Amino acid sequence: MKKRSIVPYGPQHPVLPEPIHLDLVIEDEKIVEAIPSIGFIHRGLESLAMKRDFNQMVYVAERVCGICSFGHGFGYCEAVEDIMKVEVPDRAKFLRTIWFELSRMHSHFLWLGLLADGFGFENLFYQCWRIREKILDVLELTTGGRVIFSVNKIGGVMKDITPEMAVAISEMLTSVKKELKQIVPIFMEDYSVRSRLEGVGVLTKEQAHTLGCAGPFARASGIGADMRTLGYGAYKELDFEIITSDKGDCYARCDVRIREIFQSIDLIRQALDKLPEGELAAAVKGNPNGESFIRIEQPRGEAVYYVKANGSPHLDRMRVRTPTFANLAGLCETLKGADYADVGLLILTIDPCISCTER
Amino acid sequence: MAVMNFIPTALKNLLKPPVTTSYPFEPAEYPERSRGHISIEIDNCIGCGMCTRACPLGALKVDKNAGTWEIDRFDCVVCGYCVEKCPKKCLFVQPGYQTPGGEKTPSFYQKSPEVLAAEEEKRKEAARKAAELKAKKEAEAKAAQTAENADKKD
Repeated sequence: MKKRSIVPYGPQHPVLPEPIHLDLVIEDEKIVEAIPSIGFIHRGLESLAMKRDFNQMVYVAERVCGICSFGHGFGYCEAVEDIMKVEVPDRAKFLRTIWFELSRMHSHFLWLGLLADGFGFENLFYQCWRIREKILDVLELTTGGRVIFSVNKIGGVMKDITPEMAVAISEMLTSVKKELKQIVPIFMEDYSVRSRLEGVGVLTKEQAHTLGCAGPFARASGIGADMRTLGYGAYKELDFEIITSDKGDCYARCDVRIREIFQSIDLIRQALDKLPEGELAAAVKGNPNGESFIRIEQPRGEAVYYVKANGSPHLDRMRVRTPTFANLAGLCETLKGADYADVGLLILTIDPCISCTER
Repeated sequence: MAVMNFIPTALKNLLKPPVTTSYPFEPAEYPERSRGHISIEIDNCIGCGMCTRACPLGALKVDKNAGTWEIDRFDCVVCGYCVEKCPKKCLFVQPGYQTPGGEKTPSFYQKSPEVLAAEEEKRKEAARKAAELKAKKEAEAKAAQTAENADKKD
């Protein structure tokens, strides 16, 4: 039997964007087993639901994470609105969808940059983040914040997108699409990039299904699961298809996310064209009483929001199941048999968001 | 399969000006909606305390009698919920971030002496009117009582 040793990986590591710790059992240079441990940045945000009133929790919920912030606020609002049977105005639904897709775009650009950094392509990394900056500028223009938007409230949204802002978004989409088209061949066709991505960390469809993976990670393995098809927000009025790939390797995950950016551009354009006139928020009276279970598609995958209310301003329970938590099992599976040098890259390909996972 | 196909993009970037600004030598530009800090038109504030109850962080303090409004800018996350809740619409979200500091001292706002004096005058006036009304009601009640007693005697 070959000699086995255990290498601790993280929580502080140059390639890791967020603190996750893995104990890697290795044989020579091959990973035999990976044992994850989390809990470095637990902040107890869920228990704040019992101390803050349900309106204030919107702001707590969106601070669960800095990248999927809009989605968390959105999911929480959807859950409370479902309990209170509030009919959100159509315009608010469309505005939420536009902001959600913009945040998906900037999250995917962030990931593309981190991936490029992961395989040691610094130039490409900066190129991706440079494009992402344009999306952040538009988000700041329309919401006032670059990563935390604070536009959601129970019953609708607080800010409107004016016609001038719609033009700014449209212009930004055109230029982002143009610049993205320039860098797509580098990710998809470059010899050295493909040599780092192709055939690395393959997860079959059966494995992804058994391990309950979510989001682009599962879609890259051929599972056509996209919660946007459930039709929350304005998605039921928009036309889109689930993007999947059947290869299941790092290359497929990169491919799926790049195609999702193009899809988001298309969805935002559709939403801007169909943007109805009307109120921004519905009046909300009283306190929620009951429970609700909402699933939405975050940039990283399916997120679940469970809210239980008791008729008082303070909720009984607020629970978030995040996509990264679902994907950790899949990550450990892909790590088995991988080269030690690919570990950083493989952790990146699930797009880990540990601050969501630990809340 | 292409080899080194980033070179055209890299060369183009070499000829372009930098996309970053050389802050702090150039001033930072913020859009109108930028959530930089909360400001108050203190003279319009009625001291109702809706903002203190709305604040998820507990960063605000209001004293109605002294006419003061306090914000701990290091606790405030500029979510804008106080602005949403203010009944007099005298709170605003404005661009320009809080500068770093060594001490966590709250920003303190007090109404101008003229406004305070006017409010004090108003309060006194209201108190006087209330006292008058009370005296009037008491006198009426007394008169009614006397009349009732007189009726009973008859």
